[in-house]
Amino acid sequence: MGAVHSFAEAGADLELVGIQKRFPGFTAIENLDLLIPAGSFFALLGPSGCGKTTTLRLVAGLEDPSAGKILIGGQDVTALKPHKRQVNTVFQSYALFPHMTILENVAFGLRRRKVVDPVGKAHEALRLVELDHVADRKPAQLSGGQQQRVALARAVVNRPSLLLLDEPLGALDLKLRRQMQQELKQIQQEVGLTFLHVTHDQEEAMTMADTVAVMNKGRIEQMGAPEELYELPKTVFVANFLGQSNLFEVNVVGSNDQAIQTDLNGSRITVPRSRTQRDSGAITVGVRPEKLRLHREAPQADASVNVIGPGRITDVSFIGVSTQYSVEAPEFGVVQVFAQNVESGPAAALGDEVWLSWHANHTFGLADDRLETGALTSEFTTQAIATHAALNE
Amino acid sequence: MAFTAFSATAKAVDQAPRKRGWIALLLLAPGIAYMLLFFVAPFIQLAITSLQAPAETGGIGQYVAAAEFSNYWVAMQEYWPQLLRSFVYAVTATIIGLLISYPVAYLIGVKVRSKPMLQGILLILVIAPFFISFLLRTLAWKSILPSELVGTHFSVIFGLVYNFIPFMVLPMFASLQALDLRLVEAGSDLYASPATTFFKITLPLSMPGVVSGTLLSFIPMSGDYVNASREFLGGTGTTMIGNVIESNFLQTQNYPMAASLSIILMVIILVIVATYVRKSGAEDLL
Repeated sequence: MGAVHSFAEAGADLELVGIQKRFPGFTAIENLDLLIPAGSFFALLGPSGCGKTTTLRLVAGLEDPSAGKILIGGQDVTALKPHKRQVNTVFQSYALFPHMTILENVAFGLRRRKVVDPVGKAHEALRLVELDHVADRKPAQLSGGQQQRVALARAVVNRPSLLLLDEPLGALDLKLRRQMQQELKQIQQEVGLTFLHVTHDQEEAMTMADTVAVMNKGRIEQMGAPEELYELPKTVFVANFLGQSNLFEVNVVGSNDQAIQTDLNGSRITVPRSRTQRDSGAITVGVRPEKLRLHREAPQADASVNVIGPGRITDVSFIGVSTQYSVEAPEFGVVQVFAQNVESGPAAALGDEVWLSWHANHTFGLADDRLETGALTSEFTTQAIATHAALNE
Repeated sequence: MAFTAFSATAKAVDQAPRKRGWIALLLLAPGIAYMLLFFVAPFIQLAITSLQAPAETGGIGQYVAAAEFSNYWVAMQEYWPQLLRSFVYAVTATIIGLLISYPVAYLIGVKVRSKPMLQGILLILVIAPFFISFLLRTLAWKSILPSELVGTHFSVIFGLVYNFIPFMVLPMFASLQALDLRLVEAGSDLYASPATTFFKITLPLSMPGVVSGTLLSFIPMSGDYVNASREFLGGTGTTMIGNVIESNFLQTQNYPMAASLSIILMVIILVIVATYVRKSGAEDLL
């Protein structure tokens, strides 16, 4: 059947098998395997240059993989030209056609596929994003937020089995961004399409997506539900990129069926076996700042609680909903503590001597050999990649 | 104190536009002087000449001021075939030139955009012919082309195309260089085949370059008198209106005839250009 000539009934699975993409001089993606189930809202999260935009462009067909296969709804589309793929993209730059009216922009894809009543359907899509009243204007007459919504309407109107979003909210101010995030999520649930969303904004990825894949240096570091990634990061990169973490380099000194015991310059830190990637030698463990508690006196020993200290408070920032403390000691360096302002006023003051404790169940053990922030490859903008693609045609 | 400050501000606001008006006028003055001196004055002179009548003495090149509007009628009657031929040549050469220049401009402006070195070399190649005199190059073609071809419609149109290609390529290059390739990608993402993407996106967005490139060559082509001249690539059957004007001015010294032909040529070009620009939807250029 002419897949391109019909609306998708529902979203389709996207499967990437052994994808590699090399550009002259650097490798953007090294061996990527990924399965995105139909109907899900999937976010690829990573810093600039991590390969997430290249992944998106490979799926759209704007770039050919050096190796590997791309399957959409079980069908191999690796060799298919972009205009033959039932995929639409909301571009970071919006890429609205400046010489056409808003209506013609939205109707463009429908006309190419000879869909009946393209104008009526375009108006309908514009009503969905509440912009039908500007149908006769040119893109340059619209604000950034409006252009973004037109770009969304222009893609969604085609009911693609897979919708690709390339940092579409990047240029919007915070308020509009929050509003668009909600609208996008709502549209995705209404139409039931598969969304693949690329972003470097961890908050955006976590609030919108069912599944988040954190990408770094052309590889997926970790993938899962947002809560899972946050509560149990598996690498230093994920622990630091997604929220904040306090990380400690420790040595494993003992273990049982349930947990491993480690030593941090004399303090014992217990990590449940189910929450650690490694169980011997020198490893890195961590805990989120909001899981920590401050104590004025050394807390009583408890096997299920990890305690470090004493240290000195070197910084106190009152945020309103919480207070952020920096606690420093030769034993563990600098540790961040976020405390909810449940009782009025800060619980401790600058210079106070404090102990820190947290539930052993909140500790996570990482897979890295040692602390590595991970230098990022140079930044490649979409524009540069597009020029590159035109050249290689 | 506060009031003084306010009144000073008010005065400044009041003065600003007048002051700016003077500066604008000052900056425009050289341009206006240039136009008056080298366009308006000669044009008035040309118009007066076109209406002159032969002097009583009857000497060659002797004319007196008159209002001889019949000069235009005579010029049209006598030289309409050359006038028509000029426009047929110019239109043909413009179309052929466009078909050659657009792909060249596309290559330089889009295909090699990410290789600035190669782009520079290709641009220099387009401009390089200007380093040698236009007359010398046209003369060179007379010896390069087989002698049986020289003096034909082909050789004249060939010469016109050859000489004006850089004037077409450069504006088209400028338009295509500015083309946002992400729009082309968006087209292919929205189910447009490469051909459709070209006709719906690339071509319309490079239209300003196409219009200015074709105008920059069509206008001088219509009045050209070098390529069609018998000393260069022309023959007895290829005379263009430029050659007629030249020989009337310089050889037969029939100044009123030459002047009225010049004005007729100018009016026809204006009408064609205005129609073309309106039809192509590029009014912004005028």
